[in-house]
Amino acid sequence: MKSMANPESVLKKTIELPYTWAMGEPTAKFLEGLRNKKIFGTKCLKCKRVLVPARKFCPRCFVNTKEWIQVSDQGTLRTYTIVYYSYPGQVKPPPYAIGVVDLEGADTGFSHYVGGVDLSDPAKAAGKIRVGSKYRAVWSRKREGNIFDIEYFTLL
Amino acid sequence: MEKTVAVVGTGQTNHGKRFDVSWPELVHEAVERALDETNLTMQDVDAIVCGSMPGMLEGTSDPHFWLTDGIGAYGKPVMRIATCGSTGMSVALTAFYHVASGLFDTVLAVGTEKQYEGSSQGVISQMGDPHLIRPFFPGAVAGFATQCVNYVSKYGLKMENVAEAAAMISVKCHSDALDNPYAHIKAKLTVDDVLKSRVICYPMRLWDCSPTSDGACAVVFASTKVAKEIAEEPAWVKGVGYAGDEQFYGDKDMVDWTACKTAVKRAYDMAGVMNPLKDLDVAELYNPFTYQELLWYELFGFCEKGRGIDVARNGVTTRRGDLPCDPSGGNLCTHPIGATGLIRVAEAANQVMGRAGNHQIPDAETALAHAMGGLMQFNGVMILGR
Repeated sequence: MKSMANPESVLKKTIELPYTWAMGEPTAKFLEGLRNKKIFGTKCLKCKRVLVPARKFCPRCFVNTKEWIQVSDQGTLRTYTIVYYSYPGQVKPPPYAIGVVDLEGADTGFSHYVGGVDLSDPAKAAGKIRVGSKYRAVWSRKREGNIFDIEYFTLL
Repeated sequence: MEKTVAVVGTGQTNHGKRFDVSWPELVHEAVERALDETNLTMQDVDAIVCGSMPGMLEGTSDPHFWLTDGIGAYGKPVMRIATCGSTGMSVALTAFYHVASGLFDTVLAVGTEKQYEGSSQGVISQMGDPHLIRPFFPGAVAGFATQCVNYVSKYGLKMENVAEAAAMISVKCHSDALDNPYAHIKAKLTVDDVLKSRVICYPMRLWDCSPTSDGACAVVFASTKVAKEIAEEPAWVKGVGYAGDEQFYGDKDMVDWTACKTAVKRAYDMAGVMNPLKDLDVAELYNPFTYQELLWYELFGFCEKGRGIDVARNGVTTRRGDLPCDPSGGNLCTHPIGATGLIRVAEAANQVMGRAGNHQIPDAETALAHAMGGLMQFNGVMILGR
């Protein structure tokens, strides 16, 4: 029998699944700090590093952190990229920039958006985002106790 | 290390967009080719290790349930391994552990991905902690673009020089892929073509990035007892290394990268590699993005820190150089992610066994394979030799 089947037949479907993610107490407390325009880290008494965002245990020393320490909402931009492509479920439409800021008082880099720059032209935008320069958090006017209570980091 | 475990044969699918076959059929194609090459039947295989990316890349929860018929798991011990980009290497290492344990003589390692069936970056961007980091890891390309910018600034390099050296790597790989019958993207490019392609995530341009590929790879690992019966000149596993790193990518030095250096050192120490440029004949580095190959030159000890550009310029890593890197075209040209690390192992083994066809490096005796993945988290290395 001669097959009538298309040799490249496909089935199209979308899967949607709801989730409810537990934060754990340190993350909840960290995000409550953001609501009050404060950024907290936790200190590992073994390696002495202040870990931001605050967390329950040090991933390297594998001991619980002991001390809560408020760090600055300013720091040095370590690195960044500007996103010009899109994919399903993306948090916002491109272009947008993300970066890592080494906050004063912290021993780890903090990842967030980098803003305040026209990103339409990659070459021009790259000239305006300055690795090694001081950046500060721009706080949302309406804060809800989540990571977007900081809108983005901008050149100081 | 002593000759205890060897690669005795490999099989790869023709990689690319493969809507002509279902996922189990695709995997079956690679396994059949590995069995053909080794003259083994599924009855000769003692255990199976398989792996791929998170199941949602293909819209399934746990892929090995769907793939079990295609990988020949009927009646056999089977294990699924998942370490993101380094999955294929972790599959190879796990197959090695199986044989090295003395429990199994012949183990089949299988890695696969069918990326055209879903959205790879849609899934990869959902990996990290959803409360704190997920919005700021917009897929692999964005994550590793931050690694590149950090690399340029850490060593005080000029971005235009790095971009040009990266473009030379793109030209090298896409041209080498022309001689690899299984490769996905093959092209004669110029440095200018690369530098003028559109920006995906600054500073990475289209031709700096690997493609989305469907594909599978199968590799047969064997014990000393049976290796010489299966292959006249097996590729012996001389050294292995693997290391993980933290979830928050701001926690680590992503340039002078501990996970990578640790994995490399473990493999070098085990294999007795003192001077990689001299002791290695060929390397299959994991290069989903051109810039990363520059970084690997440094972290693998081919040059000083911050001097990867010189290596790209002086031709040491071209097919006619002292240490050809990715003569297969690498994952820059072919990237079915869960298979990619295993393809590096297969290509390295083929070089040692003299089976690399048109991209064979003459008299290659010692070859290195590498893979990395996660939120800049995992690195694995395997060194194979005669």
